[in-house]
Amino acid sequence: MNEFLAVLVDGLIYSSWLFVIALGLTLIYGVMKILNMAHGSFYALGAYAAASMVGYWLNHGHAAMASYGVLVVAAVLVGLIAGPLVERGLRFMYGRDEMVLLLVTYALFLILEDVIKLIWGVNPYFVSEPYGLLGTLDFAGLTYPYYNLILIGVAVLAGGAVTLVLQYTRQGKLLLAVIHDREVSVAMGINVSRFYLVTFTIGTALAAIGGAVTAPTVSVVPGMGVEVIVLAFAVVVIGGLGSLQGAALGALIVGLVRSAAVHYLPQVELFCIYTVMALVLIFRPKGLFAAADVRKI
Amino acid sequence: MQMQGNTSHVIRALSFTFCLVLILILVVTPTVAQQPVRVGVVTFLSGAAAGPFGVPAKQAAEVVVEALNSGGKVPGYPLKGLNGAPIELVFVDEAGGTTKQVTEYRNLAQRVDLIIGYISSGDCLAVAPVADELKKLTIFFDCGTPRVFEDASYKYLFRTGATATMDNVAAALYLADAKPGLKKVAGINQNYAWGQDSWNDFIAAMKVLKTNVEVATAQWPQLLSGQYGAEISALLSSGADVVHSSFWGGDMEALVLQASPRGLFKKSTVVLTCGETGMYKLGNQVPDGTIISARGPFDMYAPDTELNRWFRKAYMDKFGGVPPSYPSYKMAQALLGLKSAWEKAKAKSPADVDKVIASFEHLSFEGPGGKVTMGLGKGHQAVQGMVIGTVKHEGSNVTYVNIKHYPADKVTPPDGVKAEDWIKSGFKK
Repeated sequence: MNEFLAVLVDGLIYSSWLFVIALGLTLIYGVMKILNMAHGSFYALGAYAAASMVGYWLNHGHAAMASYGVLVVAAVLVGLIAGPLVERGLRFMYGRDEMVLLLVTYALFLILEDVIKLIWGVNPYFVSEPYGLLGTLDFAGLTYPYYNLILIGVAVLAGGAVTLVLQYTRQGKLLLAVIHDREVSVAMGINVSRFYLVTFTIGTALAAIGGAVTAPTVSVVPGMGVEVIVLAFAVVVIGGLGSLQGAALGALIVGLVRSAAVHYLPQVELFCIYTVMALVLIFRPKGLFAAADVRKI
Repeated sequence: MQMQGNTSHVIRALSFTFCLVLILILVVTPTVAQQPVRVGVVTFLSGAAAGPFGVPAKQAAEVVVEALNSGGKVPGYPLKGLNGAPIELVFVDEAGGTTKQVTEYRNLAQRVDLIIGYISSGDCLAVAPVADELKKLTIFFDCGTPRVFEDASYKYLFRTGATATMDNVAAALYLADAKPGLKKVAGINQNYAWGQDSWNDFIAAMKVLKTNVEVATAQWPQLLSGQYGAEISALLSSGADVVHSSFWGGDMEALVLQASPRGLFKKSTVVLTCGETGMYKLGNQVPDGTIISARGPFDMYAPDTELNRWFRKAYMDKFGGVPPSYPSYKMAQALLGLKSAWEKAKAKSPADVDKVIASFEHLSFEGPGGKVTMGLGKGHQAVQGMVIGTVKHEGSNVTYVNIKHYPADKVTPPDGVKAEDWIKSGFKK
């Protein structure tokens, strides 16, 4: 029983981490139809910025509790700086085939990896203080830092906020109109370029938040965005490209399957994730929540 | 008269030619003696392995070559460069996978006189046959797979670092001694050749030393996955007395950061066979009682010799007080091994490669980590003693206690015997 509970808790924590990263990816695809490979670099940028800023904050003797705020500020700054800059560059490619945009963002990913090395070098950065600061919780015979539970809260908050904005605000409804038909939206006077800019910036900030909340639990090193982007793609493909509910379900499935594999059959951990993805794609080639294509005459 | 005139013309012409040749010899000879030996150095300059391994190795190459080229600065190695010839380094990034590395090797071989490099075991296995095909003297300085010289033999290839077998055999010997009552062992190793070989060697050695030992769980996360929450839960639930891990770089550091607050280090004795590379920055986060290896007698386990003292000081002076880690030591070892072989052969230029190879085989030389003997693989593979210790914090300092030294023949199979067979035979000599 204890092991089953551990599977659930570990799966939920992992799913939350994955969802925060996949949310930005799915938002950008949903609105702009860009499969953004550079998302992994934004995640890494968020982690580096958080490690540097929290390190600076703590080294100058400021309140350790406020370091959680510094993590968020670091991620938002990355979103506000990198998002608009990259979106400006991508404007020249709008309207091109999705495959071309995928290659362009892959090139961008490689460039940003080198930019990170130029700024931070190749040595690891640690900022582990926020991870242990809140203490630990004993559950199901195991010890979990409260920080892990905060991660679940961050995922719920991020997913809830995006859903609320899309469903219940005027700007959200306008964005839904852009998602459904860009040309008609332009004809109706919606400033689509501005929506693209804002969406890309929010998507970038979400990736950076994923990196920032991860930074206290890992050694921030070059290449950390590579594995993340592969997993995030698996999540959005399972859920259906561009679907928020799909991303949530995809993250939950991947997290729980991986956790069960680690506990009961560790040698097939990696195999399990991609088997689930393959099975979903056999029966639902466009993912679990993919919207039906509208044929335009 | 006519003949006399012709003879004097001939004599004059011959004298002129002789003088010209003499002048040319006088002018050209010093230039030939000063011709630099171009050494290609292949190490990770990008990607996850650059920080813990590649860059420290590159920096060590710079420190050692700068000192060798100055002459008389490296204790025990008084001659300048390689027998008087300056060394010129050409760096190449090891990132990109085996196919790319084989192509890069072929390109590099045309530009340099010899090559030192390779951290990844996969790259070593791929490059090894190409070294003999191109007849290019090549020295592997770090990769750990014993298969390079167990499955084949090469003329132009040498490895101056010991194989990974000794890391895991020594870890098993250390544990059998330090924890006589241990019954359950668990592992968390990266799911690729390095992790699998390390775990297989460790558990095979453990079962020889403790016949009733039981595997509580063996975790196989993906390389660079970074998130180990579920694996740590599984390790905590397993009730293992000992957890073995060959994690390196960011993965090893993430495991320490995530497992420490969850109490894994209190519940089990954790052995980190590549732990040393993270100790300088992460030392204070690694709990007391953690068993740390440096993959040889390197860094904190290095002997207190004049050569080691010089190397540490020179490295720390050049790189802002950061001490050299084991990849730095292994790079220094490769360069000093080359120098020893080169000078023993009295080689004057890279054209004397056959003489250098003959001298390199079965050579013994001093590195900053102590004596290195090319004792396996028909004299092409180094063997070295092994050291392991346990972390103990004293105030803000990290110290190592219960340090044990294992001679090379205790942790390495005899020449011609595969590591796996040797372990399973009960370490028979």
